[in-house]
Amino acid sequence: MTAHILIVDDETPIRRFLRVALEAEGYAVSEAATALEAVSSAARQTPAAMILDLGLPDADGVTVIEKLREWSHLPILVLSVRSDDTGKIAALDAGAQDYVTKPFSTGELLARLRGLLRDHAREATPASLTLGPLEVDVTDHRAVLKGENLNLTRKEFDLLWLLASHAGRLVTHDMILRAIWGPAHVEDSQYLRVYIRHLRSKLGDDAANPRWIFTEPGIGYRLADK
Amino acid sequence: MSDAPRPEPDALLKEASREGRGKLKIFLGAAPGVGKTYAMLEAARRCATGGEDVLAGVVETHGRAETESMLRELRVLPRQPFYHRGRILHEMDLEGLIAAKPDLALIDELAHSNLSGNRHEKRWQDVEEVLSAGIDVYTTLNVQHVETLNDTVARITGVRVRETVPDRVLEMADEIELIDLPPDELLERLRVGKVYVQDQAARAVANFFAKGNLTALRELAMRTAADRVDAELKQHMAANAITGPWPTQERILVVLPEGVVGRDAVRIGKRSADRARVEWFAMALTSLRDEIRTTTMQQGRADALRLAERLGAEVTIQQAERNPAEEVVGFAERLNIRRIVVPRPPKRNSLLCHLAPTQHELLVSGLVRWATKFELTLVTDDERPARQRLRPKPPPMPDMLRMLGIVLLAVAGTTLLAKAAELFIPVVSLSLLYMTTVVAMATRFGRGPSITTAGLSFLAYNFLFTTPVYTFRIWDQSQLLTLVLFLAASILTGNLAARLRDRAMAQRAIAERTGKLYEFSRRAAAAASFDDVVWAAVSHVATVLNCQSILLVPKKTVGLTIVGAFPPEDRLADREISAARYCFTHGEAAGRGSGTLPTSRWLFLPLSASDRRIGVLGIFFPDGQETAHSDRRLLEALADQVALALERIRLTEDLAQTRVVSEAERLRSSLLSSVSHDLRTPLVSILGAAEGLENPGLSVDAQRILVETVREEGERLDRYIQNLLDMTRLGHGALKPNAVPSDLRELVGMARHRLRGPLRGHPVSVTIPEEMAPVHADPILIEQVLVNILDNAVKYSGPATPIRISAEVRGAHAHLSIEDDGPGLPPGAAERVFDMFWRAEQGDRGQAGTGLGLAICRGIVEAHRGSIRAESAHDGEQGTRIVIELPLSNPETFP
Repeated sequence: MTAHILIVDDETPIRRFLRVALEAEGYAVSEAATALEAVSSAARQTPAAMILDLGLPDADGVTVIEKLREWSHLPILVLSVRSDDTGKIAALDAGAQDYVTKPFSTGELLARLRGLLRDHAREATPASLTLGPLEVDVTDHRAVLKGENLNLTRKEFDLLWLLASHAGRLVTHDMILRAIWGPAHVEDSQYLRVYIRHLRSKLGDDAANPRWIFTEPGIGYRLADK
Repeated sequence: MSDAPRPEPDALLKEASREGRGKLKIFLGAAPGVGKTYAMLEAARRCATGGEDVLAGVVETHGRAETESMLRELRVLPRQPFYHRGRILHEMDLEGLIAAKPDLALIDELAHSNLSGNRHEKRWQDVEEVLSAGIDVYTTLNVQHVETLNDTVARITGVRVRETVPDRVLEMADEIELIDLPPDELLERLRVGKVYVQDQAARAVANFFAKGNLTALRELAMRTAADRVDAELKQHMAANAITGPWPTQERILVVLPEGVVGRDAVRIGKRSADRARVEWFAMALTSLRDEIRTTTMQQGRADALRLAERLGAEVTIQQAERNPAEEVVGFAERLNIRRIVVPRPPKRNSLLCHLAPTQHELLVSGLVRWATKFELTLVTDDERPARQRLRPKPPPMPDMLRMLGIVLLAVAGTTLLAKAAELFIPVVSLSLLYMTTVVAMATRFGRGPSITTAGLSFLAYNFLFTTPVYTFRIWDQSQLLTLVLFLAASILTGNLAARLRDRAMAQRAIAERTGKLYEFSRRAAAAASFDDVVWAAVSHVATVLNCQSILLVPKKTVGLTIVGAFPPEDRLADREISAARYCFTHGEAAGRGSGTLPTSRWLFLPLSASDRRIGVLGIFFPDGQETAHSDRRLLEALADQVALALERIRLTEDLAQTRVVSEAERLRSSLLSSVSHDLRTPLVSILGAAEGLENPGLSVDAQRILVETVREEGERLDRYIQNLLDMTRLGHGALKPNAVPSDLRELVGMARHRLRGPLRGHPVSVTIPEEMAPVHADPILIEQVLVNILDNAVKYSGPATPIRISAEVRGAHAHLSIEDDGPGLPPGAAERVFDMFWRAEQGDRGQAGTGLGLAICRGIVEAHRGSIRAESAHDGEQGTRIVIELPLSNPETFP
């Protein structure tokens, strides 16, 4: 099926090469150059996902997200610039699902987009997930890598399951802490760091050269989807 | 005065700067119509017949027949037409004149204002240019156009002329010729219509040409010319080292020796100076003894000096010890003074005058003997103070009684001693004991007590030791002689000892003052900033003079501003402010105890150094006393030092400013070269690759390589730009680390991920303990640091060389080191690699790079309270190691 993607960016060259890349992957593409156009296109065309640049001429991209979130769960992938980490956190807080940093590689963008669409399409999460050599089964709380049981503790498994069910997608600290430790522990990111380290060592992953768990500094983690 | 008189260097310089310039001659007249133009043309004709090339630049004949005929005999420069408000007017052709380069140019009406559109606004500026082109100029000028006389003329005549010539143009003139015509003749010429009157003056003409006015103007013109002649003479004398007065203008010097009030002498001096319209001077003579006099003693004369200052005299204070007349004559010779005014010394017994002449008497007799070249005026100082005011005020009664007690005690003690000694030594010698006491008293307590002691000793000796004993009668002639001699000798030695004591005290006073000055200069020299100097100044002045002090300097927009005060004070009353302003703008003392705004409670002194006025120093005595004379002198000396210290600081700061500016300039040019060269290099590859891709016959492999190039070079460009941005943020202090506990392994992983392109082929080993405590750092910024360092490692080492990353905990810090096997650092570069725009190899040979990477690393790491250094990886051989220290995150307890 061809998913319809709405690209919102005020730079024509960027819209042009994104259109080329997305159409080559078989997506249908429409474009908007301003915040106003973005909101109205989203309402009229009901796209499957939106790629949104944060710097628009008429309004901040975060405002667009807030407007959309009043009536829509449309998945949003944000384009941000590297030095503006507060901007992208605000966008994630406002309800964007993921982000890529400009300048980005097209491959990376496409991977994120895929994750976004897949996640959104999957309303009911299946009982088990397979990510390449990694199998995670929620019914008996088991994670198996290359046929070997990882012997995860309860919390480690919950963490892995959360990441795996969003594989390829960014999961923010906030999201993880809220889901696993409860809303009272949202600020306690050091819990998370330790558990991620344990999980990494059990997965045989090296933080200095990650295979599975990728760190998004100051924002969250992302599990490789294969 | 042993040196042979030498020409003053300033005067020589002035002469020298004139060489190469044309000479300026001004024909000066009192009013229009006196015949200046005619006189100028006549002089020009004489030059022309003498063979000089004379060119009339502009000559206004006003239609006078004889003037016109005179002009016809000369070469005339055509005037240049100017369109002015629809009319064609003619002005002098300045460029044509300079191009024609005559020996002599005639330029009439020096005060003329040019039409707008000319090169200069005023004709005298044209003249200046012609002169500097080496052309002599004759010009004409009426006295009412002289700037400083403008007011006077307006007052006299009721007509104000708008076109003025600055006085310095007059000073610049090599020669001024006064064209004089008695008023009656001028009026006659006016009557018969020989005088052209300008339109605007026509209305006032009846007033202007009144005989009284003309007489006054004539006098003004004469005086201006005379002043000028005098100035010329002074310069000639200075340049040719001629000493001695040339009897020209009668400059007047009023001398006030010690012990006079001198107000009358000052007034007489002022009157004479006014009558002769000459400059005048007032000079106070002091001596060592003067230094220690009580302030009330000097008050009268200090007032007179201030009066003189107020009346326009130039005031000096001269120390004169032995021969006051010599000092005065020397001074008078230097300043070309003709007349010396001295108050008449008070009448005294002529014998006393000979034996112990006062400074005053010495001065007068000395002047009579030596000042033969001068006119000497002795004036009666009517306001002579009562005699006792000439003496130090007697000490108050309790002091007197105490002193008398001490004297009595001393005499009694000596007498007892003498009584005891009588048994061993002859009576006559006992007088020596008394003598010793007298000398001791003189050295300790001064003249009065010593003389009293002498008198009492005389009586005691007489009463107790001379026969008949216990009477004041004396039988023995020889004993009488001894007694008289004793009295005389003891008074004399007592006097001598007292004088010595006075001198020592004076020296101490001087030393104290010098010490205070020295103390200040020491403090000022140690002060490093403007504020330090200000503080040193105000606190020092306040403590030394026991007063309050304040310092004001001009600030750009708000004018004079208080920059320091002791005790601290941040406002002044309006009265004080206006005194301070006056002091600053006029460069003379204002406020209490001065001639200007004396109602102000503060006294303000100007601070000037070199040719600049720096500010104002104010002092205030809370008990209302005025500044004593010697204090005033100390204050002035202090003010000079404060000014110098402030000037020194200003110069230092200027220098530092220049250095900062040039540093900024260097960075700017480095940045430009970096942007133009280093940012372009990746672009060149990208554009080249893109063009290559347009070729349809390209193999798939070639296409892949080109696309890869585009991507990698694009990424590189992105890194450069990120660095430039970071640098800007660092420079603005806007880079605030958002520090959180961060895993070094993760940070290294992120950096490697971002640099996976360039790192391809380099074996990277990471030795970081799995359980290492996290560092307290902003992950995004530290990732940038690692990216920059790794990028450098790749750039400067050969392909496929290993890169080693390791970390360990040392104390409260994590040490992270990144090593490569490249060529290593050049000697001495270990610190400089962190400088902005520094690169191991410069120019095109070097690797492309902005030279910002490591500078940014240092900026970021230091913002984290960490440190970064570069060293050799293998003991000075090859390879570079960058070591980063970052603080560990506070290890928190974990459930």
